[in-house]
Amino acid sequence: MNTPRNSAVAAATAILQRDLLLAFRKPGEWLQPLAFFVLVAVLFPLAVTPEMALFRQLAPAALWVSLLLASLLALEFLFREDARDGTLEQYVLSGQPFTALLLAKTATHWLLTGLPLSLVGPVAAISLGAPLAAVPGIFLALLLGSVTLSLLGSIGAGLTLGVRRGGALLSLLVLPITVPVLVFGAKATVMLIAGDGAADALYLLAAMSVLALTLAPLAAAAAVRISLE
Amino acid sequence: MNWVWLHRFGSPPYFYRFAGRWAPWLLGIAVVLLLVGLYGGLVVAPVDYYQSDVYRIIFVHVPASYLALMTYVWMAIAAAVGLIWRIKVAHAVAAACAPAGASFTAVSLATGMIWGHPTWGTYWAWDPRLVSQLFVLFFFLGYIGLRGAIEDRDRADRSSAVLAIVGIVNVPIVHYSVYWWNSLHQLPTLMRSGGPKMPMSMAWPLLVMLGAYTFYFFAIMLMRARAEVLRRERGGAWLREVLATPEARP
Repeated sequence: MNTPRNSAVAAATAILQRDLLLAFRKPGEWLQPLAFFVLVAVLFPLAVTPEMALFRQLAPAALWVSLLLASLLALEFLFREDARDGTLEQYVLSGQPFTALLLAKTATHWLLTGLPLSLVGPVAAISLGAPLAAVPGIFLALLLGSVTLSLLGSIGAGLTLGVRRGGALLSLLVLPITVPVLVFGAKATVMLIAGDGAADALYLLAAMSVLALTLAPLAAAAAVRISLE
Repeated sequence: MNWVWLHRFGSPPYFYRFAGRWAPWLLGIAVVLLLVGLYGGLVVAPVDYYQSDVYRIIFVHVPASYLALMTYVWMAIAAAVGLIWRIKVAHAVAAACAPAGASFTAVSLATGMIWGHPTWGTYWAWDPRLVSQLFVLFFFLGYIGLRGAIEDRDRADRSSAVLAIVGIVNVPIVHYSVYWWNSLHQLPTLMRSGGPKMPMSMAWPLLVMLGAYTFYFFAIMLMRARAEVLRRERGGAWLREVLATPEARP
């Protein structure tokens, strides 16, 4: 016999497993943002005069702007398929806390974009002249930043659900609220590349991800509910 | 306490008449204050020692910046009231705030740039205060965009309300950006603890201009919200009655 709390966790886990399984059957979907991220990061050095010192200055901007754009790219499809075939309505009717079920979907988005991008990000940073010692810090910054991006993005994805050609609108809604992540993520990366400690910027990134984790799922659930009615 | 006076505003006919009655008065007060404030600011106020006459743009810039944020807060409150108690008039008010707020933000940015060129030597600096204000503008545009993109009006109301509430996180960031980061932008000189840090001859025209902008905002907000109610309630029986009496026509 499951208590209600356990059944909510079980339901969320089941959704997570299902979404991950679906994604692995269609690798194109989660490989695309990754390829997009690498491409955008590569375009930055091509667009300036080839000097290592300049690349090193450019690395934080290239890294975080690419992360932001790649994360946005996958967001548009976060709830779309499940809204179209009625799965989300079944979630609402299931009697389980809707917020927890959507959080599982957002976690899938992060596992399929945020996590791989955080792993590839440091490689891109090294190619742009970041020292090896900066790798763990950059990985941590990208990890914390991408959690916040996925959570904030889920609000925008919920709001633009069912809006025709919602992609451009989604970026207009999501980008302004993700600015603090960009600012402090880039600040942490700048300090790490320079060889300084980036503890305070990392703490702020961590604080933002915790704040987003507590509040964003509620707003996302409210947004999706409104879109489904 | 008796809350009937407040609940009445939820009724479209009552709000329609109320807005029609008060908007012209508020607009009149705004115009009078504007003339007094401009005279005080451009003629009476003394020339600044450091900035000479250039500083006079403050009388347009500061009220616009202040109103940009105030409009946002007002819009978010109206949206929250509409979302929580499902009051349609509140959604109409929120919808009416967005274009006004976007305009105030644009005026604030434009006058700031015009002021920045002679005093800072540049139109635009990548400064927290300026950038965060720019993002307030994008937020208003996003709100208007979301509202326009959703065809079902009830859904548009409630989705944009969620967005407005989420966006309220921006307000403290803009307000405190000059304290938190080392900024090129100066600290507030009027609304600070310990009274205004400027001579009274400069402070009173600024306060009058602030009043003028505030009255102007409420006047156009009521007008827009009234038009919004008119559009939403078209075909309603009460509207036909109201429009049949000549003195109540818009």
